[in-house]
Amino acid sequence: MDIVVENLSKSFGPQKAIDNISFQVKKGEILGFLGPNGAGKTTTMKIISCFLFPDAGNVQIGKYSIRKNAYKIKQHIGYLPEHNPLYDDMNVIDFLVFIAKVHNIPHYKITARVLDMLRMCGLENEKQKNIRELSKGYKQRVGLAQALIHDPDVVILDEPTTGLDPNQIVEIRELIKSIGKEKTIILSSHILAQVEATCDRVLIINKGKIVADGTSSELRKSNTDKLLKIAIKGGDTNTVYEALTMLENLEDIEITGENSFLIQTSRKHNIEKDIFHLCETQQWYIKELIPIEKRLEDIFQQVTQN
Amino acid sequence: MKTIKIIIGKELNTAFNSWSIYTGYLLFFCICGFICWLSVSNIFSLGQANMMPFFTVINWTTFFLIHALTMKSVADEKKNGTLELLLTKPIRTNQLIAGKFWSQLFIVLIALVLTLPYYFTMAFLGHIDHGAVILGYFGLVCISSCYISIGIFASSFAKTPVTAFFISLGIGLCFQLLFGILAQQFSSGLAAGLFTYLSISEHFDSLSRGILDSRDVIYFISVIVLFLSLSKLFICKTRF
Repeated sequence: MDIVVENLSKSFGPQKAIDNISFQVKKGEILGFLGPNGAGKTTTMKIISCFLFPDAGNVQIGKYSIRKNAYKIKQHIGYLPEHNPLYDDMNVIDFLVFIAKVHNIPHYKITARVLDMLRMCGLENEKQKNIRELSKGYKQRVGLAQALIHDPDVVILDEPTTGLDPNQIVEIRELIKSIGKEKTIILSSHILAQVEATCDRVLIINKGKIVADGTSSELRKSNTDKLLKIAIKGGDTNTVYEALTMLENLEDIEITGENSFLIQTSRKHNIEKDIFHLCETQQWYIKELIPIEKRLEDIFQQVTQN
Repeated sequence: MKTIKIIIGKELNTAFNSWSIYTGYLLFFCICGFICWLSVSNIFSLGQANMMPFFTVINWTTFFLIHALTMKSVADEKKNGTLELLLTKPIRTNQLIAGKFWSQLFIVLIALVLTLPYYFTMAFLGHIDHGAVILGYFGLVCISSCYISIGIFASSFAKTPVTAFFISLGIGLCFQLLFGILAQQFSSGLAAGLFTYLSISEHFDSLSRGILDSRDVIYFISVIVLFLSLSKLFICKTRF
């Protein structure tokens, strides 16, 4: 099922949580939702999962609209809320059976589904325990199991790897990737490397507005700046530095070591050619010329701090 | 209906897996048993097989028991965030409230059913008006339903169970006591009529005397529907 978010707005009192945002997620796509705290990620997810009503705009999931067919949508959505609320006084199996029943899973399939979820989320050794007794990581797995138990078409995961250890994070990431092939998944996370490794597309939201949208490589390319690490031998560091600063298209330069520099320029300018000509005339030689790819962290910082 | 049953099952499972419900029952039977059989004004001192004083005791005991029972129903779900979990599942707000209501009523009904030996004992000791007893129990179920709906309303309105307890106790006392007192103070006129009609004990009295009046039944149904509708309103309000 595709998700189509159209001009969605939501305010809490005078504060606008999300401001007229629109985006689409296609079936089989994993969308990473990024943004600083209070950017509006959780609010958007709560609206998509039909918990909150938007002030304006609409969300269409498949042929259903959250305004008209909320009940239908809830049957097709698996949602893991941010703080992962669970019934602490129930044991893991009872809780999953309760959720399976609520989702109208036929009685004869419930046991098989619960066992599948226990295996898939690595809960087999904890199944008899009360949820209260579980560690944060295992509680998170129970949250994930309840979101996936009815094999939903759309999965919304609000910070699914919170509290998990590095091994568990890799396991859950692989799980999300494997289920993401035939489902539509939106996940939010603060771990940018994880989003980059898991998601097909990244959407960065800040102060309720979308500030970046695309695959992580597209986001890097959309960045207009180009960074080059360069080492020029054959001359004194200061002399080379002075000569480089005279280049026409140079935006910024920094000395990083002996005869080493970090150069910032615009992607549209071919500064490499100018540097080559400079070296040729000065009888210097280029020992190193490495284009530096901007990391997702840098792009995140750049778009959210403006 | 299936969803309501699932919620009732879950609520009862949770309730009977906790010690608090058994403590509540124990307290209920200690108070009822002491006042009815052991205190100075026990049932034998009346000299007749009459369940009326006993119904008054049950009425007051269930009054406190119900507010303690219902205070957590929605407020706890809000506090723990499980309301978000439930409302993002295919559960309608009506079904959630109905599930909570029927499960609480079931818990109270068990307490009432367990008082039936009192009635059997009294029927064995003297000639008892069976019709009045049946209607008395019916009245107790109606009153309990009203207080449960008030409790669920307070729980959906308040942010914490303790606040919910005091709100429902306050509203409950208005229906149980205050409206009756106000009706007496006004003695006549429209206000007196209004407060007499609003007083829950006025309607219960006629039932426990063995008089079944449709006005009483309509009153009880109106109170239940009003407070359950208000509960729905407040639960939905948190989603806007």
